Amino acid sequence: MSEITQEQVAHLASLARIALTPQEIESLTTELSSIVDNVATVAEVATADVPATSHPIPLQNVYRADVPGTTLTPEQALAGAPDHDGSRFRVTAILGEEQ
Amino acid sequence: MAKAKLMDFDKALELFEPVLGFEVHVELSTKTKMFSDAPNFFGGEPNTNITPVDLGLPGSLPVVNGEAVRYSISLGLALGCSIAPSSRFARKNYFYPDLAKNYQISQFDEPIAFDGSVEVELADGRTVTVPIERAHMEEDAGKLTHVGGATGRIQGAEYSLVDYNRAGVPLVEIVTRPIFGAEADAPELAKAYVATIRDIVVALGISEARMERGNLRCDANVSLRPRGQEKLGTRTETKNVNSLRSVERAVRYEIQRQAAILAEGGTIVQETRHWHEDTGETSAGRPKSDADDYRYFPEPDLLPVVPSAELIDELRAALPEPPAARRRRLKAEWGFTDLEFQDVQNAGLLVEVASTVEAGASPQAARKWWSGEISRIANVRSAEASALVSPADVAALVALVEAGALNDRLARQVLEGVIDGEGTPQEVVDARGLAVVSDDSALIAAIDEALAAQPDVLAKIKDGKVQAAGAVIGAVMKAMKGQADAARVRELVLERAAAE
Repeated sequence: MSEITQEQVAHLASLARIALTPQEIESLTTELSSIVDNVATVAEVATADVPATSHPIPLQNVYRADVPGTTLTPEQALAGAPDHDGSRFRVTAILGEEQ
Repeated sequence: MAKAKLMDFDKALELFEPVLGFEVHVELSTKTKMFSDAPNFFGGEPNTNITPVDLGLPGSLPVVNGEAVRYSISLGLALGCSIAPSSRFARKNYFYPDLAKNYQISQFDEPIAFDGSVEVELADGRTVTVPIERAHMEEDAGKLTHVGGATGRIQGAEYSLVDYNRAGVPLVEIVTRPIFGAEADAPELAKAYVATIRDIVVALGISEARMERGNLRCDANVSLRPRGQEKLGTRTETKNVNSLRSVERAVRYEIQRQAAILAEGGTIVQETRHWHEDTGETSAGRPKSDADDYRYFPEPDLLPVVPSAELIDELRAALPEPPAARRRRLKAEWGFTDLEFQDVQNAGLLVEVASTVEAGASPQAARKWWSGEISRIANVRSAEASALVSPADVAALVALVEAGALNDRLARQVLEGVIDGEGTPQEVVDARGLAVVSDDSALIAAIDEALAAQPDVLAKIKDGKVQAAGAVIGAVMKAMKGQADAARVRELVLERAAAE
């Protein structure tokens, strides 16, 4: 079994802003451990000469021309927003700062 | 906010060695954003330059701007970096409304450029080599305005307003390795380093690089270690210092503040700090904590960037001369004194003077106009000198003066006309009828009249008192309403005296 702990799951949940009950933390700890174990099995096969893959299809250098296209109108942009003020989104003041 | 205790700067340097590090963010001046085809234009009506990609709406997919990749490679090469044969994007996960997706697309383990160095020249001509760890591509965040707080800051704010026009603007973040040995020059080096990065991106033509507009932003890391200690001290990161002068002041302040704490046996908290331009102080931001657990992972919506050797060679061949080398060359070519050259450089007019010289003006004349009258008008109008008039027009103005068609006084009037949009210098001369009277007979008539009023002048000149000619020249200039070439009038007066 891998070393996933309940503390790690609780920490991850708080970073992801997901509220979990103690029961959910417990069951997710077991499930995540099992997933990590399965990944470890794959890792055993992958030797140093096998490069890591982050994409299933071997594509690269897919670029867009630097030409402006159509933009949303402020009305469209704000259509799904819970609140706005003029053409700006209005959000709860969040304790924190720009990253 | 209680005033932090500061140690005298020299005393601090005696006890501690400052170690610096910088993260400079450069906004690229591509036409569109990093991952969407929204115009790369920040300002104007909020939330007008955005697409579903910039808002992270479901179903939208980012696509890399090829031009931004080229700009980033050019910048990496100019920083002396190796370009990664393959690099990729990653998601930096955090919850803050400056990005609607709850992550920023950045580069993490595979930056596009790494292992470089930049030559930074200090005011006294010494050069410091700043090691560059990496330069990576990412997207800028939106702009938050906090409402309801007493000072417009987050503390006490009731709510925040978000404009995503800036979200997705292409950025390159340049990260240095720790910089040792700057000693008492640390504050100056900080300023000179950021100025060098600015010069590089301007020369490459890849960013507007206006610090006051946030095109170029600097986070300054400062730590101190007691003399003789190998282990690095705890560092603080002063965020978003947005002028060259502030970078210098912020580094000096942090050295003095940290030294005072350490000397009393205190410890430095690893934290971000905010620079306050008005008070010249930094204040504590958030401590390094969970918020820095960004859970980076490869961005599944984007493909690796694998630049060909041909592309890298092509961009390398097109690199402009490095700013330090260019400055040395120009200074030698122009024959300026150290002071003259520094004045031009510190006023940020190097490019303008160089372009004016290229357009045919003498270096001294170009310097005189840009540092003098144009800067004066820029100051009066609170504008950038470079935005007022083109180097070509200044060169044309200089040419008119040197041909004797304008004297200095008239040339200043013509300059005003050009700045006010009346046309080229020649067009302003024609339209306003400002050319000097070059018809000798008209000048001689005026000289005769002036001499009749001051009959003893010629005798004085013959006695060797050449300065006596001044009174006649003044009278002639007045009679010609200033539209005469004073040098030519002087010649004619002296000729007359010689012929007596």
